[in-house]
Amino acid sequence: MNIIEVQNLTKNYGKSRGINNLNLQIAEGDFFGFIGPNGAGKSTTIRTLLGLVAPSGGQAKIMGYDIVRENRKILEQTGYLPSEINFYSGMKVSDVIKYSANLRKAKCSDKAGMLCDRLGLDTSKKVDELSLGNRKKVGIVCAVQHSPKLLILDEPTSGLDPLMQHEFFNILKEENKAGATVFFSSHVLSEVQNYCRTAAFIKDGKIIMSDKVSNLAETGTRKITLKGNATDVERFLADESDELKGKISNVSKMDGAQGSASVSGESASGESLNSFSQSGVSSNNMNCSFLYNGDISSLLKKLAELKLYDLTITEPSLEEIFMNYYE
Amino acid sequence: MNILKHEIKQQKIPLLIWSLSIGALVAMCVLMYPDMKSQMNGVNDMFSSMGNFTEAFGMDELNFGTLIGYYGVEGGNMLGIGGAFFAAIIAISALMKEEKERTAEFLLTHPVSRKRVITEKLIATFCIIVIMNVIVLLCSIGSILAIKEDVFWKELILFHLAYLLMQFEIAGICFGISAFLRKAGVGIGIGVAGLMYLLNIVANISEDAKPLKYITPFGYTESSDIINNVEINVDYLIPGMIIMVAGIVVAYVKYIRKDISA
Repeated sequence: MNIIEVQNLTKNYGKSRGINNLNLQIAEGDFFGFIGPNGAGKSTTIRTLLGLVAPSGGQAKIMGYDIVRENRKILEQTGYLPSEINFYSGMKVSDVIKYSANLRKAKCSDKAGMLCDRLGLDTSKKVDELSLGNRKKVGIVCAVQHSPKLLILDEPTSGLDPLMQHEFFNILKEENKAGATVFFSSHVLSEVQNYCRTAAFIKDGKIIMSDKVSNLAETGTRKITLKGNATDVERFLADESDELKGKISNVSKMDGAQGSASVSGESASGESLNSFSQSGVSSNNMNCSFLYNGDISSLLKKLAELKLYDLTITEPSLEEIFMNYYE
Repeated sequence: MNILKHEIKQQKIPLLIWSLSIGALVAMCVLMYPDMKSQMNGVNDMFSSMGNFTEAFGMDELNFGTLIGYYGVEGGNMLGIGGAFFAAIIAISALMKEEKERTAEFLLTHPVSRKRVITEKLIATFCIIVIMNVIVLLCSIGSILAIKEDVFWKELILFHLAYLLMQFEIAGICFGISAFLRKAGVGIGIGVAGLMYLLNIVANISEDAKPLKYITPFGYTESSDIINNVEINVDYLIPGMIIMVAGIVVAYVKYIRKDISA
């Protein structure tokens, strides 16, 4: 059963931002990553689902409730962490957490205390004195303390140090195990790859891809890393033959000796690449990596013509697939 | 009632400062009365012979030589200006401040309907205004007792009730405006209060401008009417209360549908 069902949801905000005929399904119990660059419409989607802004078109249901008419019923069983969270100045952390629980008519001080301990949050401090990371922690406690059925988190890890991010995801995993659906937006792909079961990519207000994370990573695309004679490699990358044309992307070249310069671009024959590769000419060798999406044996035939010292073929990371989608 | 309690707590310090300031000013006026009284004959003549200025502040129909008359003008001015500004500031920020201070996302993603948020905030605004007026009234009674004068209960209560309703009306208007604002707006509130005060002065000076009394809430706080007739002028009060309700209705209509800015 789907806990979130979005059909042709549209929100116009004048010219820019907003979402356009967005369709999205999230299964109950899923751990869902919502990926996109800044301004793609992640926050707008979330804010529309939560009823903070009214949709201009389309419809959406959460737990079977309509997001416009039955907003309150949805919010009762949802925990939300905004990307930029602020609290009432002058209040203590413990007061904010209590206020949030009271607004939900929830008795959950035990769980709140446990969460504060795990996140290392000092509840006697005033919220005004908190850093972004610590404000986030307060937000996490407020979102999780009542054990909601659905957790919606908008860029939850920004401002948290790596240790806290780890603890935070542990908390999310436990909530997920206990039956909660987790839906979070991010532009950090590694966290989506590490924790999510399903992911969707959003670009310019539209979902461009939605699938299991394992499927997304298991495309036919392979990442090729090679080290070889610079002139050979340049010639190979500039090759316009049928076997290679349009199948190579995300080229990144490094000077073999220094190994520091790199550049990525869609087309292997782009001008920027040619001019950039000058830095790698000093040595006669060069390192190069790219994504290849085509027949492996014809690639190998082509590669056999080059003078190579090293070659690896690996599965690309989600990050690299992501770059592929947005270029 | 969580939001209601929270709102009052949030405004605790401004509430105390305003109440005690206005209370102290009113009390000071009353405490100065014994000194004034001894020189009052001259003062009364002077105040009642300043032409338009006299009429503007309603001093032509009041006897400055009595505490009631004196209180009607001096106390009325303090409570009128102070109370109107305070009511305007509290009401204009009631809904607006959630977006201004970026707490709206926190509040409105809790399972509380917008209608409920508006209602509790409205009640909180009125409660805060009532508390302020009670404190001022207590200051006033205390100071009258302190100078060993008789408390003119009926007029005093009616007088303060009229000023309370005046503040409610200003609050109602500003509450309506508050629903439209996102960032700043306290200046708008003060502007509304100041404008209303000026309209009343204009109406007092010029016969042609008399109809303005139906618009400005200061029309029914005219001390001379309250003290001489021992009643609030209902002709001015009713339109005022209609304006107040209109402001509140506008707030509901607007805020229930409002897109909350990030």
